[in-house]
Amino acid sequence: MDRRDFIEIGAKASASLLLGFYWHTSKAARDELIANDSSATHVLNAWLRISSDNRITILAEKPELGQGSWTYSAMMVAEELEVDWSTIRVEQAPTIPSVYQGLHTSGSGGVAACYRQLRAVGAQAREMLRAAAAAHWKRSIDECLAENGTIVHSPTSRRMSYGELAAAASRVAPPGLNDVPLKAVADFRYIGQPLLRVDTRSKISGCARFGIDVRVPTMLFAVVARCPYFGGRLGHFDAATARSLPGVRAIFPIEPLARRYNTAGGVAVVADSTWVAMQARTMLDIRWQRSQKNLENAASLHRLAVASVSGPATYKALDRGNAMAALTAAARRLQADYETPFQAHATLEPMNTTVHVRTDTIEVWSPTQFADEIQAEIAVLSGLSSDQVIVHTTFSGGSFGRRYQWDYAAEAWQVARQMRQPVQLLWSREDDMQHDFYRPYNYQRVSAGLDAAGRLTAWQTRIATTSIAETNLYTGYVESPAALRDPATIAALEWYGADLAPYDVPNVCIEYSPIASTVPRSWWRSVASSYTAFAKECFIDELAHALGRDPVEYRLSLLPEHDAAARRLRHVLQLTAAKAGWGDPLPSRHGRGIACRYGDTVSAEVAEVSVLEDGSVQVVRVTSGVDCGIAVNPDGVRAMVEGGINFGLTATLTAAITVEDGCVKQSNFHDYQVLRIGQAPEIDVWIVPSVEDPSGVGELGVMTIAPAVVNAIFAATGIRVRRLPVERSLLQRT
Amino acid sequence: MTPLLWVLRDALGLTGTKFGCGMGLCGACTVHLDGIAVRSCVTPVGSVGSKAVTTIEGFSKDMSHPLLRAWLDEQVPQCGYCQSGQIMQAASLLAANPHPTQNDIDTAMSGNICRCGTYQRIRRAIARAAAS
Repeated sequence: MDRRDFIEIGAKASASLLLGFYWHTSKAARDELIANDSSATHVLNAWLRISSDNRITILAEKPELGQGSWTYSAMMVAEELEVDWSTIRVEQAPTIPSVYQGLHTSGSGGVAACYRQLRAVGAQAREMLRAAAAAHWKRSIDECLAENGTIVHSPTSRRMSYGELAAAASRVAPPGLNDVPLKAVADFRYIGQPLLRVDTRSKISGCARFGIDVRVPTMLFAVVARCPYFGGRLGHFDAATARSLPGVRAIFPIEPLARRYNTAGGVAVVADSTWVAMQARTMLDIRWQRSQKNLENAASLHRLAVASVSGPATYKALDRGNAMAALTAAARRLQADYETPFQAHATLEPMNTTVHVRTDTIEVWSPTQFADEIQAEIAVLSGLSSDQVIVHTTFSGGSFGRRYQWDYAAEAWQVARQMRQPVQLLWSREDDMQHDFYRPYNYQRVSAGLDAAGRLTAWQTRIATTSIAETNLYTGYVESPAALRDPATIAALEWYGADLAPYDVPNVCIEYSPIASTVPRSWWRSVASSYTAFAKECFIDELAHALGRDPVEYRLSLLPEHDAAARRLRHVLQLTAAKAGWGDPLPSRHGRGIACRYGDTVSAEVAEVSVLEDGSVQVVRVTSGVDCGIAVNPDGVRAMVEGGINFGLTATLTAAITVEDGCVKQSNFHDYQVLRIGQAPEIDVWIVPSVEDPSGVGELGVMTIAPAVVNAIFAATGIRVRRLPVERSLLQRT
Repeated sequence: MTPLLWVLRDALGLTGTKFGCGMGLCGACTVHLDGIAVRSCVTPVGSVGSKAVTTIEGFSKDMSHPLLRAWLDEQVPQCGYCQSGQIMQAASLLAANPHPTQNDIDTAMSGNICRCGTYQRIRRAIARAAAS
């Protein structure tokens, strides 16, 4: 960054100047950012403001969905800025794409993406404050040290606070973000500490604002009656009765938006209050048209899947060695099928978005994990330019991948454009449950070949799945039908986690076949890993038992010491097993099961279960070992792993989405039963000490809990469960 | 008749009480009527009568209630959406049973869903508040 990037603006408020510089920004974008800033503060850079009275405001790019992004963002900046944690507040960064390119988060990627960038942001401001102090005192910058919100001139012990220096600091040519010195890990004061989250107080006092809490003057409330049949359309509707309900403002049809948006279309009801809109919707007389007699159901999907894994595969996704020859030559072959259903995200805050369409601007308030995409998509839909669309990201009441779609925001725009007032579109629980973008229905046939000595020589996984890529065709992820065959796309979306490495197996083949379904599918916390880890880690367990080996010892035998990746996984496996008391005696019908995963973050989970006489499963305790590099906030890591385990237990034990006659059968929490407190196990999380750069943990807990529990059920009962959620009747004692 | 939930949220602007299911299945809308936890999404406003309604906003304005302190100490919330309901339910439990066992806690809190999975911390926070 050079001197020309430095902006100086006159006083905007009596107390102070607004001064600033921005990184990687056009002049227009900077002007816009400053124009939007009405506060009496010094803008140190795009992520940081310091007020004259020493209040520090950090603008977080990553939306706060519950994963602690505001807290870890602030910790990273504060660490290098050298400020007292209690002086920091956090705001959501606005949608100005030329300034903020990371207003989204997915794939447990936030911490890793921010770790060096946000520390550099803090360090850059620190260096400017030091330089300003040095100039003021006419001393060498080397004598001016940053210390807890002040710059100290060490030979004379003179001090100036950051608030006093902020204005002058912005006259200093900013050092480049790649050039500023960053602290050594050993010198960290905040990173690595279990600091309290910055959003807790607002969330326990009722003042935290979620999307559903947005209140704009003259705002109306809307619901949409959507076609329950996927791919179906609105036929006839009669709204006369509904219109007569006092408080109803408008009722009109909206079209399904197919490519990119995947909205169902239907009939919008706009009213003075949410309740009136909901009541009026029940009074609509609607006939829906199905698409091509779509009678998709759970049994038809199952038949397609079994046929698929029994016939030739569509794609060979991974082929190492020669698995087919090795399977043929094996002294012993084993095979098993694993089946996992659709799953809903069931965020506790249902989908909603508030939109105000004006002549030349559109303002959007949305609980989203992808604000920049909503801005771009609504610009496309409306024909406005991106800078005419303002998106305010609110807190999200859970997300888990659901809010990486923008359908609900596009639909809210469809409704609001018909009105001259702001409109909040709210989905009911039933809407949310029946129009989700579900975790795919998935079926895997796994085969292994053992040689005469019992060594695992060949592994084949055949995956039949209702592809995620197909639903997301024509989005940024899957731009054209050709991308549906792109190995990298398919690997990331459909079979990530199926590979055996770092288990040392010489011949591995992963095959993949998409199976047709009208049900929308998408990212669901941990995406493909939620089912690939299930099949892989259960089948490894089956092999261990078939060979009469202990499941921990057997896994270790597949992980050679000489391989660095295998060694890292060995360590986590051994740690987790030891902390779980692996091998200690247990009562009858209790059992322990283990499962592990290797990725940027390496982890293992041991579940201890009790299987009751009626076949119900109580998960008593889960012990998890995690190697995620440096744990930026260890309590945050624990919280994510705990939450991931509980989230995964719902899919393992209590809930499934099933399709009947082309519709989702479940509608609310009585028939989609998410885990409740009495079913929640004790959880112990052990974090491997590390100074390596951090990797993500948001999805981690989900990945291996199903195989850990199912393996524990086998240890407790000798019964092998291969279909989720676990059916009680299989385990009932007669 | 309009449920109390929508009167609180849409008419009175008290948005701390949340909508989750509309059927009394998730507990996100929990408020107190004369100190006792009820699901406001299935409580017709006309049935409230002269009973005092307490929402999260008025529960402990100075945040000094032992439950809120325990919620902070245990760092319970993730997304936070269910937490108003969890806290109101827990307060109703402690008012009736100041020293609940874990089983008492699990039973009393069984109607409150937390999709982020903060259940272990909710248990610890209630036990901590009860011990304070």
